[in-house]
Amino acid sequence: MSHAMDAAPPPAAVGQASAGGGRWRAIARTALPFLVVGALWEIVARAGIFHPRLFPSLEEVAFQLVRLTASGVLPHHAADTLLRLLAGFAIAAAAGVAVGILMGRWRLAEDLLLPPVSMAAPIPGIAYAPLFLLWFGPGSVSTVILVAFVSAFPVVFNTWTGVKAVKEVWLRSAAAMGAGGGRLFLKVVLPGALPYILTGLRLGLAQAWRILVGVEMLAAVPWGLGWMIFGAREFLNTDVMLAGVVVIGAIGLALEKGVFQRLERYTVVRWGMMS
Amino acid sequence: MSTRSTSRRGRSLGRAAISLALLAGAYEALARSGAFPAALLPTLPAVGLALWSGLADGSLAGHAASTLWRVLLGMGLAVAVGVPLGILMGRVRTVEDFFLPLASALMPIPSLAWVPVFILWFGLGNGTAVGIVFYAALFPVLLNAWSGVRAVNPLWLRAAGVMGADASALFRKVILPGAAPFIITGVRQAFLRAWIAVVGAEMLAASDWGLGWVIFDAKEFLRADVMLASLVVIGLIGLAFERLVFGTLERVTVQRWGMVREARG
Repeated sequence: MSHAMDAAPPPAAVGQASAGGGRWRAIARTALPFLVVGALWEIVARAGIFHPRLFPSLEEVAFQLVRLTASGVLPHHAADTLLRLLAGFAIAAAAGVAVGILMGRWRLAEDLLLPPVSMAAPIPGIAYAPLFLLWFGPGSVSTVILVAFVSAFPVVFNTWTGVKAVKEVWLRSAAAMGAGGGRLFLKVVLPGALPYILTGLRLGLAQAWRILVGVEMLAAVPWGLGWMIFGAREFLNTDVMLAGVVVIGAIGLALEKGVFQRLERYTVVRWGMMS
Repeated sequence: MSTRSTSRRGRSLGRAAISLALLAGAYEALARSGAFPAALLPTLPAVGLALWSGLADGSLAGHAASTLWRVLLGMGLAVAVGVPLGILMGRVRTVEDFFLPLASALMPIPSLAWVPVFILWFGLGNGTAVGIVFYAALFPVLLNAWSGVRAVNPLWLRAAGVMGADASALFRKVILPGAAPFIITGVRQAFLRAWIAVVGAEMLAASDWGLGWVIFDAKEFLRADVMLASLVVIGLIGLAFERLVFGTLERVTVQRWGMVREARG
């Protein structure tokens, strides 16, 4: 789906192609739908069809966003959520790449690990949540372990595929040129598999992000955006919830645009594995 | 996995059986060693018994049915909205300009983040679960329909136009079959997301019925056997959908129209 997004003509590119006036028009074109939807929301909110506690005006949502940010509550929630995401994802990346390479290079590892991995993968990650909470207790530890467990699957599968996709000819020619085990791995296998590994990491992070907020709601962690919006339900603070959802969306967008598109540019493109 | 030749498949199956037997043996040994309480780490026969008794009294089937119903209703709504809107976005510039920024802004929000909001808006139970499934499934369907329409070769459109196809024939005979592989991919992705979303929504918006609720409820009573049995059912239904439903769907539409040449090797 990310390639579907890449296919879109980005407004910025349109702006660069034409003069500065085209750029402003592109920005206006992007802003227009948000203004229309915002206006509709505001009309519905102020019309009094729904209770204002359940359907707050944008003004109130913005007010909560500013208030909670200024008081440091929202940054604390966001920081804890990000920390869990990073911790879980780092474990998944390290373990997933290692297992994937093992499976790609050794038949025995592949035969032993592929069946259980293929069996556990189709179960949606969040379904494991209560089991992990039972095993590891409520709180951060369970959350991080679950996030690591769930996001490891795409990493393992893609690393495994990537290592297997390294061309036999490259391996043989490198070996003929005198590359030993370590150098062969570092200079041929790893760069060759890297596009796949990065795809796996990207999918893993997306997976982790998709369930983390939900798991935080289940795990009763003291801080975290998921817990913040779930806790706000008790007090019918829909404005706080929506402010939390906005922050969650912003983090999700930043993860996709900031982390992975950049990572891909610096490594894979530089090594000449992708244009 | 599907690219493996048949000569290797026999041996792979044998090794898979050995691998799973080893894993089951290790689990069973751990469960029986008494290192962990039996309530937390039930033996495999206990899990099997939980699965059997759930199936025998029909409760598991009832839970699975209500989960499936929520998924299918939410996905049906997502397809009903997402496919026409995606096609419109691919064909009409103004529609694309309006909805694409909105979709790009909403897509990065995980569907489960909406659960508390939806609970307040739609109450506990079906409304929230169906709404979350709809949200989770909408974007893959929408964006794939959109890029599918854009990927239709302009040459085909012009050729069909020259041969005298009117707008409706052009749509039915060229655009729709051309975009179909993308749309089906979108529905497939949507199902994977919807399946996660429904389980999560059922856990959070407790509703007495549904596989997600069973797992969550079993935690209260320390019934790890029930949890594991429900996990098996969730995995099997997901797998069955992926293999049977979408495999068949692809065969009767895309492959028959000749849009994908030999999907499996």
